[in-house]
Amino acid sequence: MQVRFPEDERFPSWKITFLEYCVAAVFIALLVGYWRLQIQQHNRLLEQAEHNRIRDLPIIAPRGRLLDRHGRVLVDNFPSFTILLNRDNALQVSDAHLEKIASALELDPADVRDMIRRTAKLPRYQPVVLKQAASLKDVAFIDSHQSEFPEIDIIQSQQRFYPKHGVGAAVLGYVGEVSQADLARPGSNYRPGDLIGKFGIEREYNSVLRGRDGMKRVVVNSRGQEVGTLGTVNALPGHDLRLTLDLNLQLTAEAAMGDKPGAVVALDPRTGEVLAMVSHPTFDPNDFTHHISVKTWRELTTNPLHPLMNKAIQAQLAPGSIFKIITGTAALESGTITPDFAVHCKGEVTIYGHTFHDWTYWVHRGGHGEVDLHRAIVVSCDVYFYTLGKMLGIQKIDYYADHMGLGRRTGIDLPDEDSGLMPSPGWVRKAFHRQWWPGETMSVAIGQGAVQVTPLQVAYMIGGIASGGKFDRPHLTFRHELEELGADPPKITEVSFPLHDTTVQAVTNGMWGVVNEAGGTGAGARCQGLNVAGKTGTAQVVSTGLHNSSRKAIYRNNAWFVGYSPSPNPDIAVAVLVMQGQHSSVAAPIAGDVIKAYYQEKGRNQTPAQLVSQMTSKAKPKATVPDP
Amino acid sequence: MQAMRNSLHFHDFDWVLFGLALTIAGIGLLEIYSTTTQTALAGQFQKQVYWILLGCALTFIVSQVDYHMVLVHIPWLYLLSILALVAVLVVGPRLAGTHRWLQIGGFTLQVSEIVKLVIILAVAATFAKRRNRAFTWGELAKLGLLAGVPGILVAIEPDLGTALTFLPIVAVGAFLAGIRRRQIMVLGLIGLLALPAGWFLLRPYQRQRLEAFVHPGQNTQGSSYQVTQTKIAIGSGGLWGRGLGNGTQSQLGFIPVSHADAIFAAFAEERGFIGTLAVFLLYVILLLRLLEGAKTAADEAGSFLLIGFASVLFFQVAVNVGMMIGLFPITGIPLPLMSEGGSSMLFIFLGLGLVMSVKMQRFVN
Repeated sequence: MQVRFPEDERFPSWKITFLEYCVAAVFIALLVGYWRLQIQQHNRLLEQAEHNRIRDLPIIAPRGRLLDRHGRVLVDNFPSFTILLNRDNALQVSDAHLEKIASALELDPADVRDMIRRTAKLPRYQPVVLKQAASLKDVAFIDSHQSEFPEIDIIQSQQRFYPKHGVGAAVLGYVGEVSQADLARPGSNYRPGDLIGKFGIEREYNSVLRGRDGMKRVVVNSRGQEVGTLGTVNALPGHDLRLTLDLNLQLTAEAAMGDKPGAVVALDPRTGEVLAMVSHPTFDPNDFTHHISVKTWRELTTNPLHPLMNKAIQAQLAPGSIFKIITGTAALESGTITPDFAVHCKGEVTIYGHTFHDWTYWVHRGGHGEVDLHRAIVVSCDVYFYTLGKMLGIQKIDYYADHMGLGRRTGIDLPDEDSGLMPSPGWVRKAFHRQWWPGETMSVAIGQGAVQVTPLQVAYMIGGIASGGKFDRPHLTFRHELEELGADPPKITEVSFPLHDTTVQAVTNGMWGVVNEAGGTGAGARCQGLNVAGKTGTAQVVSTGLHNSSRKAIYRNNAWFVGYSPSPNPDIAVAVLVMQGQHSSVAAPIAGDVIKAYYQEKGRNQTPAQLVSQMTSKAKPKATVPDP
Repeated sequence: MQAMRNSLHFHDFDWVLFGLALTIAGIGLLEIYSTTTQTALAGQFQKQVYWILLGCALTFIVSQVDYHMVLVHIPWLYLLSILALVAVLVVGPRLAGTHRWLQIGGFTLQVSEIVKLVIILAVAATFAKRRNRAFTWGELAKLGLLAGVPGILVAIEPDLGTALTFLPIVAVGAFLAGIRRRQIMVLGLIGLLALPAGWFLLRPYQRQRLEAFVHPGQNTQGSSYQVTQTKIAIGSGGLWGRGLGNGTQSQLGFIPVSHADAIFAAFAEERGFIGTLAVFLLYVILLLRLLEGAKTAADEAGSFLLIGFASVLFFQVAVNVGMMIGLFPITGIPLPLMSEGGSSMLFIFLGLGLVMSVKMQRFVN
């Protein structure tokens, strides 16, 4: 092969020089590019590098437990896993990843997307909760896919657990994920996915129960694996809270109610401590701890008996004959009558040209005959109290009902208590723009018409009357313990509305008779060896005519019984409401059971000597009125 | 014509150039050490040391060979290269979805790296044959074919990055041969028309990289992940760097292939702007020294060997360093002398050997 190498020929040197300038120019341009990143944007990019590798994992503070008055656990926690979504090294989680993660964790991708949108404003290094109470399957999935989905993380947490399920659910309440409104509240230190008390004690005392979450700052590599820890801020657990509830009493009341809809409230009238509070039908608060299933939620919200309502403080119903105690007390206190005042009941009475029937009229077209106050309470004579109603007038009845706690909230430390309603001329003017009809007074006098009370008000009112006019605000927590925890205790206010001894004696003897005398309407509450008194009530939901012609459950009468022991000056007052119970005889035994359990429990906690002295002193009140 | 010397002689050996190359390679070695010791790739450092030692030996050996001897045999070398590239496609092991390597004994050789040198030699040979006359369309076509045939073979491996490194060789060749303005315009027009077709020929991952380059902020977790992370790494280095072994981006795996193609991002993170400046200066001095050497070469062929070699190095450094900060789309182009990789080292040190040969011939006339 002949190749010539013409050595005399050269490239023009300007061309090479030109290439040299090109090299220099390009390197200067590159240097400028590096200058901008390394010098000008250094701080921002260094921060991004730190966010890349640093991840703040929350250490979830366990929520305080709820205990009964003897320290028995009502609401507990158990260890579980929470799945977190990291958004720090992902400006946006890719849709494909999101779909895969959501389907593996059995979450709705739309929910997850929504959550990501809602949390877009939070600092990026703060992970958000993707799923609480992860199942073992979820944990296994995340363990085996850590490198595929570096954006998910798993931490240990505490899951709220209600070991007694439906027992006391309405009063204990439930927890759930913090709502948008709660998050938006100024000063809120919640993050999306945090748990917050939503109902009942859980909500009322959320700030006591909730601890302060800690944080662990870890170094992660590009696959999301932890390679080191930079620091830890320990979690501050929430405070345990002791309630005034007595688990035994609560269980007794729940069992006595069985599957009947309604409510039971047991109070210690001496202090206002709530010993038991039942609302049926109940629900399982465990269902709410994390996302409640749509099916369960629909069942709970469409149930005509409203399981998610605490009927002890939210059922506002006519008290029926229980109201006669107010009417009687008002008549005695105002000096309108003396206990000897007697009325002849022939089953009906005509007042203001209208004939009012006694309840006996519907039973045997007859009356009670000659009745005084004591007998009228014992047999619950309507005609007697119609007569008192006419004699008193609505103003006086209102005055006494108002001072004995009706038509206003008791102020119990639970959210959303209802006030009930005490009708008055002023109220009808405002609500219906009309005059008060004199006949309405008769309905009010026997607890019908527009009068509405809650079971809590009934227990509060009767306990207060039997204690001589000392009304203690009902409460579920111990004031001094809350103060020790640094929480604001509810204002415990004792309302004093002193009643004359003679009034108290007459009315309480009447209520003792209701339970213990022949013909008494509350015989079902009678307890061997215990001094139990009380008053029944049967509240019509619809007119007597419609009630008698229809068999529909919703038209059935509501059955009331309020009992207390001993009489007077009770240790315990129990209000029972059995909705659609038809007759008060279904309510009375429930109160009896609770009172019996109360003394059994007390007996267990006392020495035999104490027990004997108690039995002798509280055996029976002095009966001023002989048994008929 | 110069025959091979009987004895080794080094009095005209460019020790400065050789020292520059070794300094850059040493800096690269340190960075490879820093990014791989804690990982499964811990053996890469030692391997790289062996490649560099082998490279040095090859430089010395090749420097003793008269480059004219090589140019004489270029048709055979070129034919062998084409056959090797075809062999890569046919019998080469499939690694990560591509055929880029030939298994030779215990080593895998990336043939395209060596082919770069053959193309430089082939273009240089054309200068040996031509008298100083106008640059014809035929010559332009010949230049295009010289780089185009192996280029297409490499591109279908697929290894678009390496195929692109053939481009500066013919571009500089055409420039030096005196390409005319009309020819440039026609080429530009053909290029424009071929653009849509080129888009269709791209693999999906290549298109994604192009899209990521055009819209850098759009998919930082997906296709823009690499450049987002390398920018963070480089920027977090600041003026002085985070220190060797302390770069969180490179040490915690946020930069893929931080010992290979992306080594400069890891280096800039740990050594800062000062380190960047120093390495840039080393590269610039190295390139300018090559180009200055071209001015004093014995003939156009020797001159072109230096310029062609410099053009490939320059192209690779500029594109690699530029793509780390998002100035170019991500392509698989290693950083000469710094990135881990035996074939790339072989290309550079063999090239340096030829350069030395040219330099040592310059006073022979």
